[in-house]
Amino acid sequence: MNNNLKVIVNGLIKENPTFVLLLGMCPTLATTSSAINGMSMGLATMFVLICSNAAISALKNLIPDMVRIPAFIVVIAAFVTIVEMVMNAYVPALAASLGIFIPLIVVNCIVLGRAEAFASKNNILASSLDGLGIGLGFTLALTLLGAVRELLGTGKIFSISVYPENFGSLIFVLAPGAFIVLGYMIATFNKLQKK
Amino acid sequence: MEYIGIIIVAIFVNNIVYSQFLGICPFLGVSKKIDTAIGMGLAVTFVLTISTIVTFLLQKGVLDPAGLGYLQTISFILVIAALVQMVEIILKKVSPSLYQALGVFLPLITTNCAILGVAILVIQKDYNLLESVVFAIATSIGFALALIIFSGIREQLSLTKVPKAMQGIPIALVTAGIIAMAFMGFSGIDQVFK
Amino acid sequence: MAKLKSTFKNMFLSLFIISLVVAVLLAQVNKMTAKPIAAAKALKLENAIKEVVPEFDNNPVEEAYKMPTANGDSLLVYPAKKGDEVVGFAVNTNSNNGFSGNIQIMVGFDMEDKVVNYSVLSHAETPGLGSKMNDWFRDTTKPNQVVIGRNLSEGNLSVSKDGGQIDAITASTITSRAFLEAINKAYAVYKASDADSSATKQNNTDEKQEEEGGENNE
Repeated sequence: MNNNLKVIVNGLIKENPTFVLLLGMCPTLATTSSAINGMSMGLATMFVLICSNAAISALKNLIPDMVRIPAFIVVIAAFVTIVEMVMNAYVPALAASLGIFIPLIVVNCIVLGRAEAFASKNNILASSLDGLGIGLGFTLALTLLGAVRELLGTGKIFSISVYPENFGSLIFVLAPGAFIVLGYMIATFNKLQKK
Repeated sequence: MEYIGIIIVAIFVNNIVYSQFLGICPFLGVSKKIDTAIGMGLAVTFVLTISTIVTFLLQKGVLDPAGLGYLQTISFILVIAALVQMVEIILKKVSPSLYQALGVFLPLITTNCAILGVAILVIQKDYNLLESVVFAIATSIGFALALIIFSGIREQLSLTKVPKAMQGIPIALVTAGIIAMAFMGFSGIDQVFK
Repeated sequence: MAKLKSTFKNMFLSLFIISLVVAVLLAQVNKMTAKPIAAAKALKLENAIKEVVPEFDNNPVEEAYKMPTANGDSLLVYPAKKGDEVVGFAVNTNSNNGFSGNIQIMVGFDMEDKVVNYSVLSHAETPGLGSKMNDWFRDTTKPNQVVIGRNLSEGNLSVSKDGGQIDAITASTITSRAFLEAINKAYAVYKASDADSSATKQNNTDEKQEEEGGENNE
């Protein structure tokens, strides 16, 4: 049990995809204009991670080495398409605000990276847990980033007003704010890790 | 004159990196030196333009008529992966020196969200084939521009004193943010062409 | 269990079978979600219409038809009826002159040429600035900027900067202009529909059957 817990915690901190591995930057910057958007993107990606890691781990001995990248891509794309369809059916407003970044999960370096680095070499349970851990780490990072940007930009978190909107700096909700806040958050994470 | 509008907006107003947030991974990874930036810019332009044409034809010729819209994501990415593979093989045979120069970047281009992103965007924006090609080329110019500006600044940054925690990616990101702010200044210039 | 060797046959079979399974799986999920997706789209449209016209008991979406506009494109008009009587029209209008491109608005008129309400369907305007149009123009506590209740038969709406009656959003004149352009466009189409529908009223019920099909040709 302890080993499996380690795998999950690994994804959260030691190998946090956003703050440590520095992967999946595109959706990180684009979908974190609010806490809820960041969290939804993280969760959608986590779902794909768990499913694709599990599937690829299950199939790892049936995929010849030379075609492994195309094969991984097909599997990942399948799950991304499923997420797309389900979100459009049951949470259309959320799907609309995440927009083009839902299908772009398929080229999220995190998913392909984990398939290559972990799922193709470990058993199904470990791979699924790795997907869960990395996914949680990603969700945590995105939610945090979204919350900071939303708070600084509009005075709200998860649409709950903390201070009046007029005192917010709109720049944080726009493109430059994404880069700047992420830069400082990675720096902070680095500093805390060193301690 | 509509095409000028598309071009100006794609390169400056809605710059693929500083405004649309596509292509960030190679943007951060390949921008440490100016000549690698130029190489990546060229490679992306080439792949982006061809893949946009092919995916466009795929969508209009196969997916739409057959009602297979839900297969867009998976078919597009497979086309892109195959194209990149082909480009690699052809380049190796036709121009080994160019292959050497670009070699490392080519496989990375498959996961460049800008490629898939643009392919999907032109379908969403309902462009015709010519508009899509113009958009693709303009977007890649925007990408190359973003990359080259950034690498120039990063070359300078590597010579300055930066606090330890900020070294590397953090300071790069903050710098990118400031450049993004500068690009915001382009907002609305396409109105001149209306 | 060792990995499959990378022979041509193995590579081909492996990719083929995976693709086949994936294709079948996706077709299945597509079937299951197609209905909810269509229903969600229809619901969004219905809600937008409900928000902008007086109470009705027909199905405006089913009776929608296209009307041409002055600059060559066409807008969708949704008639709202109570019984046999038309109580209002919702028009799905747009403007391409927003600060960041296209703005889509559903605006509703009553039978007295007045704007009942509007709902911004989609836009790419700047958050916190142009995006304020969602509520700016229907803030009834501020009569100088509200469009609700304005009677467009007295003339098109324009921003005070251009000599008009409406106060634009602070620092978002371009968005405001585009917004009003869309409303004016919708009004022109509404007037044309109004003329149509009073002519249709005199026809027999056979016409109504045709309208259910969705296209009202004039």
